Amino acid sequence: MNAHKRTLLTVICEAALEHKLVSDLQTLGAPGWTLSDARGSGSRGVRSAEWNTDGNIRLEVICGRELAERIAAHLQARYYEHFAMVCYLAEVDVLRPEKF
Amino acid sequence: MGIDPVVLFFVFGLLAGLLKSELKLPPALYETLSIVLLLAIGLHGGVELAEQASPALLGQSLLVLALGVLLPVLAFGLLRGLRFDRVNAAAVAAHYGSVSAGTFAVVVAYLAAREIFFESYMPLFVAILEIPAILVGILLAKGISQDTDWKELGREIFLGKSIMLLLGGLLIGAIAGKEAIKPLEPLYTSMFKPVLAFFLLEMGLIASGQLGSLKRYGLKLAAFAVIMPLVGALVGAMLARFMGLSLGGTAMLATLAASASYIAVPAAMRLAVPQANPSLSLTASLGITFPFNILIGIPLYLAMAEQLIAWGL
Repeated sequence: MNAHKRTLLTVICEAALEHKLVSDLQTLGAPGWTLSDARGSGSRGVRSAEWNTDGNIRLEVICGRELAERIAAHLQARYYEHFAMVCYLAEVDVLRPEKF
Repeated sequence: MGIDPVVLFFVFGLLAGLLKSELKLPPALYETLSIVLLLAIGLHGGVELAEQASPALLGQSLLVLALGVLLPVLAFGLLRGLRFDRVNAAAVAAHYGSVSAGTFAVVVAYLAAREIFFESYMPLFVAILEIPAILVGILLAKGISQDTDWKELGREIFLGKSIMLLLGGLLIGAIAGKEAIKPLEPLYTSMFKPVLAFFLLEMGLIASGQLGSLKRYGLKLAAFAVIMPLVGALVGAMLARFMGLSLGGTAMLATLAASASYIAVPAAMRLAVPQANPSLSLTASLGITFPFNILIGIPLYLAMAEQLIAWGL
């Protein structure tokens, strides 16, 4: 298999932020992203997603290391203080590097 | 007259939730039910509005807009008096200045069951009352500040789901007229109550979930969540008398002023005033005020309207 290294950035946060995050990603030039609904528990308590404002999303972006770090730094600066949010980076192997 | 069965559905949901039952409705069903209710309310209002539109409506709309500015200021004062910090007081006040379309649906059914007439254009007032409180809440929280994204917020506020559905229904109803709308009539006649019953079952389940977090915030919040609807109802009823609304219209405007938002405002405030604790507002509006209005408030506000009229106000 001819694999190439890319970085997977995963963000889990309040659903209220969805529009803002997507426009941030567009501005920062992310090549693409995947959004899904999520529920779970963390330092802000159980986020069960049973109610509109209690909803959570999971956002995944595969891109180069430098861009992933730039997005992560941006998220930390803008949202960490007041919103329920975690984000982490991981190295992944992709088959078609030109897509990411 | 016995207890309205739709209210029993609410109590049923509340109990099932408090007993930690496995009962859960799928989230998509709740969405669907609320969409049907809002459209039905809008359509009905639109059909009647086309029949009895009058220029006086414009002046009344402005007065209702003023009510939407006054209510959050009153709520803010009350909350500050109870020693809530400024940001949280402003966020909660925005919820109480705005309205709950669910509560409105219940008062519509309540008055219809008693065959009490009310002005057809009430749904228009629901849409008008949704907006100003959010803006007032943001101003109370941060003043006219630099970092508010008014464009995004405007979209959130003016194009929000419930406003769009109400206004869309009103327009379709008004354009189509009474004859053409006949095939859709069951939406606000025979179908309205069954849909409302299922909706209230889900609301009971949701409200019971919010009650759990009440322990954290204590008596002050609970006191506010009961006192504010009473204050709002009185202000709303007085305004309705000033506007010369009917008995049903007075009870309805009182109920609207007493109700607190739990959909449009939480979403907008979360983005505009992220420092505020969102569960404080939701616990108060969903956990206490909504059940209070459904179980005790609405009959009380009707009695209040009757009393005001009896006093010749």
